[in-house]
Amino acid sequence: MRRTMLFLPGNSPAILLNADTLGSDSIILDLEDAVSPTEKDSARILVRNALKYLGYKNCEIIVRINPLDTDYWKKDLDEIIPLKPDMIMPTKVSDADYVLTIDKYISELEEKYGMEQGTVKLIPLIETTLGIENAFNIAKSCPRVTAMFLGGEDLTADLHCKRTKESNEIFYSRCRMVCAARAAGIEVYDTPFTDVDDDEGLVKDAQFAKSLGFSGKASISPRHVHAINDVFSPTEAEIEHAHAVMEAIETAKAQGRGVISLNGKMIDAPIVSRAKQVLEMAAAINGGAN
Amino acid sequence: MIIKSKAVSGTMESNDIFVEIEPSQKGIEVEVQSIVFNQFGKQIEDTVKDVLNSFDVDNALVRVNDRGAVDCTIRARVETALKRAANEVK
Amino acid sequence: MKDNKLISSVKEAITAAGVKDGMTLSFHHHLRNGDYVLNMVMEAVAELGIKNLKLNVSSIFECHKPLIEHIKNGVVTEIETDYMSGSVGKAISEGIMEKPVIFRSHGGRPDAILSGESPIDIAFVAAPTADPMGNCSGKYGPSACGSIGYAFPDAMAAKKVVVITDNLVPYPLVDYSIEETYVDYVVKVDKIGDPSGIVSGTTKITRDPVGLMIARYAAKVIEHSGLLKDGFAFQTGAGGASLAAAKFLKEIMLEKGIKGSYALGGITSYLVDMLNAGCFEALMDVQCFDLGAIESIRTNPKHMEVSAQRYASNYYKSSCVDSLDVVILGATQIDTDFNVNVHTDSNGYIMGGSGGHSDTAAGAKLAMIVAPLSRARLSIVVDKVLTVSTPGNTIDVLVTQRGIAVNPNRPELKERLVKAGLPIVDIHDLKKMAEEITGVAEPIKTGDKVVAKVMYRDGTCIDEIKNVITK
Repeated sequence: MRRTMLFLPGNSPAILLNADTLGSDSIILDLEDAVSPTEKDSARILVRNALKYLGYKNCEIIVRINPLDTDYWKKDLDEIIPLKPDMIMPTKVSDADYVLTIDKYISELEEKYGMEQGTVKLIPLIETTLGIENAFNIAKSCPRVTAMFLGGEDLTADLHCKRTKESNEIFYSRCRMVCAARAAGIEVYDTPFTDVDDDEGLVKDAQFAKSLGFSGKASISPRHVHAINDVFSPTEAEIEHAHAVMEAIETAKAQGRGVISLNGKMIDAPIVSRAKQVLEMAAAINGGAN
Repeated sequence: MIIKSKAVSGTMESNDIFVEIEPSQKGIEVEVQSIVFNQFGKQIEDTVKDVLNSFDVDNALVRVNDRGAVDCTIRARVETALKRAANEVK
Repeated sequence: MKDNKLISSVKEAITAAGVKDGMTLSFHHHLRNGDYVLNMVMEAVAELGIKNLKLNVSSIFECHKPLIEHIKNGVVTEIETDYMSGSVGKAISEGIMEKPVIFRSHGGRPDAILSGESPIDIAFVAAPTADPMGNCSGKYGPSACGSIGYAFPDAMAAKKVVVITDNLVPYPLVDYSIEETYVDYVVKVDKIGDPSGIVSGTTKITRDPVGLMIARYAAKVIEHSGLLKDGFAFQTGAGGASLAAAKFLKEIMLEKGIKGSYALGGITSYLVDMLNAGCFEALMDVQCFDLGAIESIRTNPKHMEVSAQRYASNYYKSSCVDSLDVVILGATQIDTDFNVNVHTDSNGYIMGGSGGHSDTAAGAKLAMIVAPLSRARLSIVVDKVLTVSTPGNTIDVLVTQRGIAVNPNRPELKERLVKAGLPIVDIHDLKKMAEEITGVAEPIKTGDKVVAKVMYRDGTCIDEIKNVITK
């Protein structure tokens, strides 16, 4: 379950201390934009220690590393990979080669530290026009890539247009990303909503992203997490339907029937897997507080 | 590891610790200031020494001003200051 | 026959009231950290050479720092109060007084005063508006503070009552709180307080994400407690996560169309909003925390002023706390037996007091503590609290960002919350979780001198506070 991915600055001990209690399904510990060039060393050492000692049992860990055109990205991976984060987020990914360079280096580190190959997954941040056009190739570039994430802010600069709340300017990119990700069989996540004080706008934006097929949405503020979670959580009707699907399967099994239908509609494998997913999500939502 | 120059790390923000390291000829000296000195003063000193030891530092003057940092934060900040003082990587 | 009770200065009023060595003077704290009256009176008393006084003050704040000199000079030799913060608390902790401070609760104080256990000779009432015969109110004037509920027992029981105001209006003040029958003298001064210290313009909800998470859990606990239904009665503090919990509770109440009966205690504009949105039928207000609350108590008849004894008494036949369903409270420490400390900080210094903590915990059907699991590397959950302010058998739930602990004496509540899917954790496990992050703190060593006694709301002593050891 990854309804929300919350960006948190990698160099703030107070924030790292409670990073896993903010209700977000995934947290993105940021070594890139949230860290000034003079503190890159201290942030990666701090994040490495936090991962080692704080456990973070309550959520998935993603670490955003610095781009390939800097001296930092290898050092970031050197420090972080041995701690087995769930995912690494490379930034400004424009083609498959970019991903493969990182993939290769992670493989070396996994071997060096006796980790199983492919332990650490990748979620490329696509935030250039070239990246959007190459989205499918990026998604299929290597097995580590299990999700992609659209970054709307840098993308609009590259598009030579203005980022607006209506987001018409990124409509094509959103659709292209979803299509590429689904064609490659991976998950896909929407760009953050950046107005921290517009709760209504946030919900609208998240609902729209969900309607396009996004699996979830990133957030730059802990205050946005719950609203996004709500949008991407199964509704009570969906949970009821999922229970009904599972019951229909049990009944059909008991009766030895092969073809299963519910309310006149045939239940096929995708419906079953969706029902299971809904029930797993429903069980993981902590009484609706998250 | 040899401490070649003075270096600092960390901040005075809540839950952080500000670390200063200076070259010295008199072995390891650690000065601790902390908002939780009564509860954790000794443990903070032990953690600082443990990090110095793990990097084979024999001579250093370390001053820390702790704002309620947990152990792993102290370890990270001391390591950062050490590497900076030894003129290693940025 | 007297046609007015006006006296031209504080000093003359002190003389007229007959203040003498060894007497007890009382003050109330509605002007909070903006209060000028206590310092004004004590300065005049000191100038008159009067000594060995006992002060009975509903709360003491940083602005009352001059008290330290009066203690050192022997002007003040005994103190009773419900709450003490800032420099005075620190000085008391370091042992500057011979006799221990007596801490009471907001309900225990009026009970002790009105039952005669703790008599008052002269009460000084800081009144934002008064008429020449002493009818007075907190709702009007440049130093308006809203309710003056804590001053009622003092005015009713003291042998002499002096009203000090900076807004004298012609007789009769129509909308009065304390009436002339109790008042002996009225003094007009330039200013009774600094408005910026009396109330805040607006009370803001915390933006701290951890505080908001705790508040969200707190609201969910209330939702699933079985108590959230029509007629629901509620109290919450004004700090940190407590007020944010009220915001989330409001959303739940509006969504479910629940009409509560009343909200109680110190009132903020958030509770006023809930009243106006139809979440409650009434507000019962012993003290206003912001301008929105003052405006409301002045204009809305459903927003009632209540006296300290009606708020929280244990001695009278009933008080408002007895009908509470839920109270949300804070803590500096809570131990694995659910005893709560709100008197002393982690180094043993006095920094607070019960206020209405133990009264509301005893009265409410569900008493909930909201607190982050650790602050500045210190676990909120400890083996034994430094000071018992509120006994654990009156605390039902502890809500933190890493889990919710239910008092084992409330198995049916635990069952409800587990069923609702909330993260219920044994309080011992919460302590372990905290210490895995913070490490285990060295215990604090205190001295042997008793610097304060904590009296429970029934008048029995439940704990003693020892002096801190200064290096």
